[in-house]
Amino acid sequence: MDAAHATHAHDDHAYHPSGIMRWVMTTNHKDIGTLYLVFSCVMFFLGGTMAMTIRAELFQPGLQFVRPEFFNQLTSLHGLIMIFGAIMPAFVGFANWQVPLMIGAPDMAFARMNNWSFWLLPPAALLLIISFFVPGGAAAAGWTLYAPLSVQLGPGMDLTIFAIHLLGASSIMGSINIITTILNMRAPGMSLMKMPLFVWMWLITAYLLIAIMPVLAGAVTMLLTDRHFGTHFFNAAGGGDPVLFQHVFWFFGHPEVYVMILPGFGIISQIIPTFSRKPLFGYTSMVYAGTSIAILSFIVWAHHMFTVGMPAAGQLFFMYSTMLIAVPTGVKVFNWLATMWRGSLTFETPMLFAVGFIFVFTMGGFTGLILAITPVDIQLQDTYYVVAHFHYVMVAGSLFSIFAGIYYWLPKWTGKMYDETLGKWHFWLSMIFFNLTFFVQHFLGLAGMPRRIPDYAPQFAEFNMISSIGAFGFGLSQLLFVYIVVKCIRSGEKAGAKPWEGAEGLEWTLPSPPPYHSFETPPLIK
Amino acid sequence: MRGSLRKESGSRNRFVYNAAGLGPKKKVVRIVAILGVMMTNKIKRGIALLLPALYSGLAQSAYQLNLPQPETPIARQIFDLHTLILLVCVIIFCGVFGTMFYSIYKHRKSVGHEARQFHENTTVEIIWTIIPFFILIGMAYPATKTILAMKDASNPDMTIKVTGYQWKWGYDYLQDGVSFYSTIATPQDQIYGKAPKGEHYLLEVDKPLVVPVGKRVRVLITANDVIHSWWVPAFGVKQDAIPGFIRDSWFKVETAGTYRGQCAELCGKDHGFMPIVVEAKEQKDYEMWLAEQKQKQAATQVDASKTFTLDELKAQGEKVFNTNCAVCHQANGKGIPGAFPALDGSKIATGPMADHLNIVMNGKAGTAMVAFSKQLSDVELASVITYERNSWGNKAGDAIQLSEVKALRK
Repeated sequence: MDAAHATHAHDDHAYHPSGIMRWVMTTNHKDIGTLYLVFSCVMFFLGGTMAMTIRAELFQPGLQFVRPEFFNQLTSLHGLIMIFGAIMPAFVGFANWQVPLMIGAPDMAFARMNNWSFWLLPPAALLLIISFFVPGGAAAAGWTLYAPLSVQLGPGMDLTIFAIHLLGASSIMGSINIITTILNMRAPGMSLMKMPLFVWMWLITAYLLIAIMPVLAGAVTMLLTDRHFGTHFFNAAGGGDPVLFQHVFWFFGHPEVYVMILPGFGIISQIIPTFSRKPLFGYTSMVYAGTSIAILSFIVWAHHMFTVGMPAAGQLFFMYSTMLIAVPTGVKVFNWLATMWRGSLTFETPMLFAVGFIFVFTMGGFTGLILAITPVDIQLQDTYYVVAHFHYVMVAGSLFSIFAGIYYWLPKWTGKMYDETLGKWHFWLSMIFFNLTFFVQHFLGLAGMPRRIPDYAPQFAEFNMISSIGAFGFGLSQLLFVYIVVKCIRSGEKAGAKPWEGAEGLEWTLPSPPPYHSFETPPLIK
Repeated sequence: MRGSLRKESGSRNRFVYNAAGLGPKKKVVRIVAILGVMMTNKIKRGIALLLPALYSGLAQSAYQLNLPQPETPIARQIFDLHTLILLVCVIIFCGVFGTMFYSIYKHRKSVGHEARQFHENTTVEIIWTIIPFFILIGMAYPATKTILAMKDASNPDMTIKVTGYQWKWGYDYLQDGVSFYSTIATPQDQIYGKAPKGEHYLLEVDKPLVVPVGKRVRVLITANDVIHSWWVPAFGVKQDAIPGFIRDSWFKVETAGTYRGQCAELCGKDHGFMPIVVEAKEQKDYEMWLAEQKQKQAATQVDASKTFTLDELKAQGEKVFNTNCAVCHQANGKGIPGAFPALDGSKIATGPMADHLNIVMNGKAGTAMVAFSKQLSDVELASVITYERNSWGNKAGDAIQLSEVKALRK
């Protein structure tokens, strides 16, 4: 290949390498979106395997399979991998695929940075996996990494800290990219208040990420210097304060919860109108509700710390502000309901997951409200009630919205239809086993079973066994999901540009699958 | 309602395990049978069964559905608060999802329903923003009252300092000068399934905290190494124990009995194995117990000049080792590779006595090895070190005497 030809080929936008290099070098938003989603799926099964091991150990009282110190490593890494490896990358994958399609752009704003922010993830995941094999094993202080316990641990903790730095850098770059794309590359005529709600929710999420990831990086860096360089941020003997870590961590941690749910709200807000064959009810108030949730999320962090012993004024402030979040969250649920009301409903798999999402997520919302009441929280803090609560929000919330979104847009992405019957099976199995796993954990928490324990008193045996059976069922059901996706790509029926009767939006104006550069000429929005 | 809650309470003992005698197979059968019943009759009987169970307070052993029977005024307020808010949530839940399922049933395309294209109504939006707000105020009011009551630890009748260690609790009766450690009493064999599990499996300790009933007991809570959390569900007390800081809480137990709880903040390997047991005794019994403790404590003040033989020290040292050291270094002295070093054949346990004494008394910074100089008495220190140097493969052959330990304390 002569030089002139090479230059020409490079200038030619249709040029892209094939084979593995296509994926390593790609700057295309769809390829990167796919990479994110595949990575997320791998991490989901890795974290899921850990969860299965945890539930196997908790199947009966006594220690059968793992030792306590390994159990702690499993719970910690299950949390870290599911949050940073599975849920967040999945949503970034959605943003990569959908934001340009939905705003009428050819690609993301910073194509090369997009590549870089994805390829930071596999090394970070590798660090987390390697940490199991270093002396002392992986981080065993919980995903919250509370000092001083995390100061005590072995080199596995350092690997975790580096992994978090990489993941944070990746998230920040991804967010800058998403914000820039949304603000600069919308099709002519698409004002902010005409954007699809998914795009709106991601815009808010991206701002949240930019605000909080540096805070987490700061917290773990302080941990690192406490561990190795003689600082005493979290050591009372040196003038520090162990509780400081919790304040910094949760200042990141609470908005992080909304990072993991707002894009889900966005996906649900696309799907409910489609299958109700009606426009979204209260678009404006949905945008305002999302924004209020994001702003409020910065002033509620200490509700994770009601038992550290803060003054009454502190407890009252954080209780009131936390309760306040119920208002915009309620508005969202009511709006989805009003969208369904007097619509013309059909229940394809995406709609099933979306309605399932509203049902179970709201249950997580109610337990959240109960936990917001400080005196009740003091009883339930660090029990299985909290475990049940956040799995209702993270699994039935975030994960179900991810499934809903994948079934919704899979025909667009692949140009092929998935197997509807199997999709429905996937939904019902997930729904039943999810509730079997986590509903009983509310009772365990109320009865007094602490979380993060490898063994428990026999009075908790029955519900734990039920929960474990549910967890195994839930885990196995997810294999069906992989089968459905693979089957769709390999041998699905051909899907048209708009496979859903009631769907609205720019992505459905393109053929399925969409062309390499989504919109070569920007569409005009009336 | 309060009265009925109290009267209907079952036995004092809240941790009876009624399935203790069942083998795992039988238990699986039972669970499956119960699941079957739960599924088939879910809607029909679920509500009818669940609700009364929630409010009866008949919380006992297996299938306990609610918070434990409250035993202090604060715990009762928490219990009632939870009941109230749960009730409000259930009502809203039924309203919201009643509407949703009506819509799912009536507004389906398959029954020929056509979509109405409305999508905005400011009045409705304002109504469903304002109404939840007022409901929240209704919830916040009783919650605020309870918070203020919980936080008022003034005018205590007695004060006990509680210290969290990896992995046991230390109790100091500040006015009476009595202090002791409280360690899990469940044998390892039960945990690893080599022996049948006892009635209070994992929730039993060698020396429980003893308090008088009807007295305001203030607890000052701190920790020695990492963050722990002192939690007795029946008292409504959960307070993190933070190293270097002292937090307080209080409780007033109303009826004599034994109350059990667990550490509630992840504190390392044996977080699941540091239970809390509180015995509430009538004032007279409490005073008798206190006098007995004082006597015992005086009796253990051994004459420092007394010389023990190697065998005497070893025999006592084994007991001390098993209570304090075996959780990490293991009863066979082999430790856990990668996490906790072996003592069998270790440099320290076979090397100079001074180094050995130093690490046991002062701990090793940055590791889980804590300083035992305050936790153990001179006799205990001397005997456990002698034991470690002369057990398993270690044959140092030397015995350390009380006077030598005492000298180092200065």
